Amino acid sequence: MQERLQELQDEAVKQVADADTLQELEEVRVRYLGKKGPITEVMKSMGRLSKEERPAVGAKANEVRGRVQELIEEKEQTLREAAVTKQLEEERIDVTLPGRPVSKGAGHPLTSVVETIEDVFTGMGFQVAEGPEVETDYYNFESLNLPKHHPARDMQDTFFVTSDLLLRTQTSPVQTRTMEQHEGKGPVKIICPGKVYRRDEDDATHSHQFMQIEGLVVDEGIRMSDLKGIFEAFVKSYFGEDREIRLRPSFFPFTEPSAELDISCAMCGGSGCRTCKGTGWIEVLGSGMVHPNVLRMGGFDPEKYSGFAFGMGVERFAMLKYGIDDIRHFYTNDTRFLEQFTRV
Amino acid sequence: MLISYQWLKEYIQLDDLTPEEAAEKLTLHGVEVDAVHHKGEDITNLVTGRVVSCAQHPDADKLSLCQVDVGEADPVQIVCGAPNVAEGQDVAVARVGGRLPGGMKIKRAKLRGQVSEGMICSLQELGWEGKVVPKKYSEGIFVFPEPVVPGMDAKPLLGLDDTILELDLTPNRSDCLSMLGTAYEMAAVLDREVKLPDPQIVPSAEETAAYIRVDVQSPAANPYYGALMLRDLQVGESPLWLQTSLMAAGVRPLNNIVDITNYVLLEYGQPLHAFDYDQFGSEKVVVRQAQEGETMTTLDGEERTLNAHHLVITNGTKPTAIAGVMGGSDAEVEDATTNVLLEAAYFDPGVVRYAQRDLGIRSDSSIRFEKGVDPNRTAEAGRRAASLMKQLAGGEILAEPSEHDTLHRQPLELDVSLARINRALGTSLTIEEVSAILKRLQFPAEQTDEDLLAVTVPTRRQDIAIEPDIVEEVARLYGYDNIPVTLPNTPATQGGLSLEQKKKRQVRRFLESCGLHEAVSYSLTTEEKEAPLVPENRLRVPVALPMSEDRSSLRTTLVPHLLDALSHNKNRSRQHVSLFEIGSVFFTEEEEITRQPDERTYAAGAMMGLWEEHAWQGEKKPVDFFVLKGVLEGLAAELQIDAVFEAAERPGLHPGRTAVIKNGGRIIGTAGQLHPDTAAAWSLPETYVFELDLQYLLEQQAEVMKYVPIPRYPAVDRDIALVVDTHVSAADMKQVIEEAGGDLLDSASVFDVYEGEHVEAGKKSVAFTLKYLDRGRTLTEEDVTAVHENILAALNKQTGAVLRG
Ligand SMILES: [Zn+2]
Repeated sequence: MQERLQELQDEAVKQVADADTLQELEEVRVRYLGKKGPITEVMKSMGRLSKEERPAVGAKANEVRGRVQELIEEKEQTLREAAVTKQLEEERIDVTLPGRPVSKGAGHPLTSVVETIEDVFTGMGFQVAEGPEVETDYYNFESLNLPKHHPARDMQDTFFVTSDLLLRTQTSPVQTRTMEQHEGKGPVKIICPGKVYRRDEDDATHSHQFMQIEGLVVDEGIRMSDLKGIFEAFVKSYFGEDREIRLRPSFFPFTEPSAELDISCAMCGGSGCRTCKGTGWIEVLGSGMVHPNVLRMGGFDPEKYSGFAFGMGVERFAMLKYGIDDIRHFYTNDTRFLEQFTRV
Repeated sequence: MLISYQWLKEYIQLDDLTPEEAAEKLTLHGVEVDAVHHKGEDITNLVTGRVVSCAQHPDADKLSLCQVDVGEADPVQIVCGAPNVAEGQDVAVARVGGRLPGGMKIKRAKLRGQVSEGMICSLQELGWEGKVVPKKYSEGIFVFPEPVVPGMDAKPLLGLDDTILELDLTPNRSDCLSMLGTAYEMAAVLDREVKLPDPQIVPSAEETAAYIRVDVQSPAANPYYGALMLRDLQVGESPLWLQTSLMAAGVRPLNNIVDITNYVLLEYGQPLHAFDYDQFGSEKVVVRQAQEGETMTTLDGEERTLNAHHLVITNGTKPTAIAGVMGGSDAEVEDATTNVLLEAAYFDPGVVRYAQRDLGIRSDSSIRFEKGVDPNRTAEAGRRAASLMKQLAGGEILAEPSEHDTLHRQPLELDVSLARINRALGTSLTIEEVSAILKRLQFPAEQTDEDLLAVTVPTRRQDIAIEPDIVEEVARLYGYDNIPVTLPNTPATQGGLSLEQKKKRQVRRFLESCGLHEAVSYSLTTEEKEAPLVPENRLRVPVALPMSEDRSSLRTTLVPHLLDALSHNKNRSRQHVSLFEIGSVFFTEEEEITRQPDERTYAAGAMMGLWEEHAWQGEKKPVDFFVLKGVLEGLAAELQIDAVFEAAERPGLHPGRTAVIKNGGRIIGTAGQLHPDTAAAWSLPETYVFELDLQYLLEQQAEVMKYVPIPRYPAVDRDIALVVDTHVSAADMKQVIEEAGGDLLDSASVFDVYEGEHVEAGKKSVAFTLKYLDRGRTLTEEDVTAVHENILAALNKQTGAVLRG
């Protein structure tokens, strides 16, 4: 019987070795270790053996069974690994192929500039005020110290709708509207972004429609030095810590003193280049202390209150920031242009 | 204003500054210098020469063979193509090895076999703009009007060693439209003296009144008119210094008399006018309002029709000049002129401004008068011109000019408070410092109190009217750079965006996240462009004088310009484009506009081509109505707004693929496919558009969100496929289901729609998934079946739907 067991073991070893798939291996397992398999048969027939023979045959049978079991498990492990390896090999993909595009639209660069500037100023305690694009002569001009026939009206060629209604030439009318809402009481701290219109022929640097952001601070004791402080904070926050500012005398009918704000040129660091026309400085906005007539017309007492105002061109900021050379790009909506402005 | 640095030096010492340094100081403290031009900086080896002989080139009709004395032992031969070259002329010669503007290098050359050693130059070749070159020399070489020694450096003689400061003047600084004004400004900036001209006249015994008298009939418009009379003048070419001074300022020399009036205009900022006395044809200057419809021909050859608002200078019968704007062609000073009537007048700025606008003329005179010239310099400018005329054209100046004089010349006095200056600027200036600055400006000031200065404003500064004007003067001369840097002492303010502004940003972000690019387009458009997409007879807001036909009125919809943008992109081979825009549209109810229009913020979008594409996986999903609707439903969800889509017909849109979007019964927008005709009009493929009254959406207050507990018991799903008439809408069916489903029905959603084979014609199959849920217990089969049967019965009764067998 022991020989028979040894034979069975040798047979099983061979068949395990020959099994190429898990399926075949399972068949081998059932064949040799199953309830009806030869080893079980041997063990069942042990009753016929003598007491003396039984332990040795039983031990042998268990040994063979254990051995075969072990071999099958080893083989199973090997086959499983091979199967996984094969599957993984079959599932191999080219990871360099393009991914599935997630469609994401781009924000318009003018909106990006407006929102960034809004964020800088709201962080400094400003609110955002808006006003109509079709304005009255009063708000667009007269309340800003530009009476009818004032020569400075020529600075801004106007689209009139009627003799009294016009497309606003600046966002400044929002100043007066906001001051009126405050009913003579400070503080007023606003910026006003929006579209404005002037009778300009469209070319690389002119557009009959463009965007401005106006700013206004009115309270007791506002000084020109405060305007410098706000500008320094704004410029460093928007353009970068290393930018210097400079104020130059200028003229706007609604401010006095008036000043033009220059920032040091980023291209050359101030030594002079083509971008800054060799001056080392780039003009970024117009500003000044609010003219007493403007305060008065907004319902504020110029004896008690003072303020400063400023206005900047959004296109100019975008052109400086992104190096855009033609203002018409902003209004053509060419996707080859728009797509480049993913939000930052 | 173009300022010749050399000319400026006649009034102020500037030898220790480079023009760049002076320009920078002026820019930082006074008026902006836009550019500094060094005349002739790229010219080398330019000398004076005399044409010793001039002969026809043997082999070329249009060339001359000149022997030119350039100050050396032997003359050089130069082949010259100018028609005006002649023997005996003194000319400017660019010698071999020299350079001319534009990098042109002069080489020894052979022209049609003849050696040419240099070039006889025209003024244009020397860098002068054609429009300032005297007519006489505009078609040929320049010839020195006075003899010069050959071989000298020609650049200084021609003003080509000068530097020009180009001032960018703001409208308030018209005082700097003159050399003297600029000199005062420079003097204030640099703290220096101004040297003023001192015109001296030695008149003849004869009195002006014997020749000309002045009758001003509109003294308000013309408070001062001075008529000077000069006799026996010799009109001719001006000396070179005068010509180069004018050219440097951008003015073309004409003859000595006209040149002098222009010279004094530039020097004093006071326009003058010289008439040929004999052509003027009367002994009386009558200044009056023009008659309605009166005509005259101005110097530029244009016939002008006048009205009663115009002020004219007449000889008593007909106008000879439009006051302060332009002279007439009848009494021009020409070479034959011998007697000159010289006008030095003060015209009211408003009158000149009107004429300038009405006639569309902006002359060197009018731009000065319209801002207000210095009333204290008018008569002096006349004397200055007369004395120069006598000096350069001979003749005599008659005694006692004829005048009308009601001119106010009193300077303004202003009280200026030191405390207010410091309060406005954030500085701590002393009264001495402020006084020193006013002294630099040559504004006489007197301390009248501890804190007060009485400041006299010179009449040359017409821009200064109130105390803050003085504050500005002090600030700029003190230096904006010296003003400290502070932050406002205001109480802390709550900055930030309003809820609507925040939501507007949210809308942008959402639409971008859906794959739409933000567009910005023009607000001005035309009725024709909008016509296909808006209801007929919609009233519009036109602009009064449009610059062009295609920008003649304000938009009432954002869609057409978005379609333009799609079309633009398609023409550049961009087939798959989705854009949105947020902007104002303008409505009116008035035929004749009298009030501000109703301006509303709209949002619109336009989409064409593929919505999704993954090329190498072969997936393509074109934009269709449901893509569009998905975006809008998402947006409504983002804003927590109910949006119900109802089939509708709208101008320019596909009648079967268009919906209006409603919120609580109010139409808040439209979405649909462009009608094929509309698409064709823009050359677009299948295109989908939407437009929303965004302003309304932003104004809606969303309810505060409340948490609903996660259900503890399982839901039961039942799918049903129903066959109904094709015209029954999914929304109608859903409504029936929801009504019949009661509390146990949690949701109903369409998962399949089918028409075609196996479904009767005129019918469609619509499949719903119904989700049943009881939050309090586990539903039994019986519970669900009862409600489900109820729903099926209701569907059958109300929509005719039957379960698909
Ligand atoms: Zn630079």
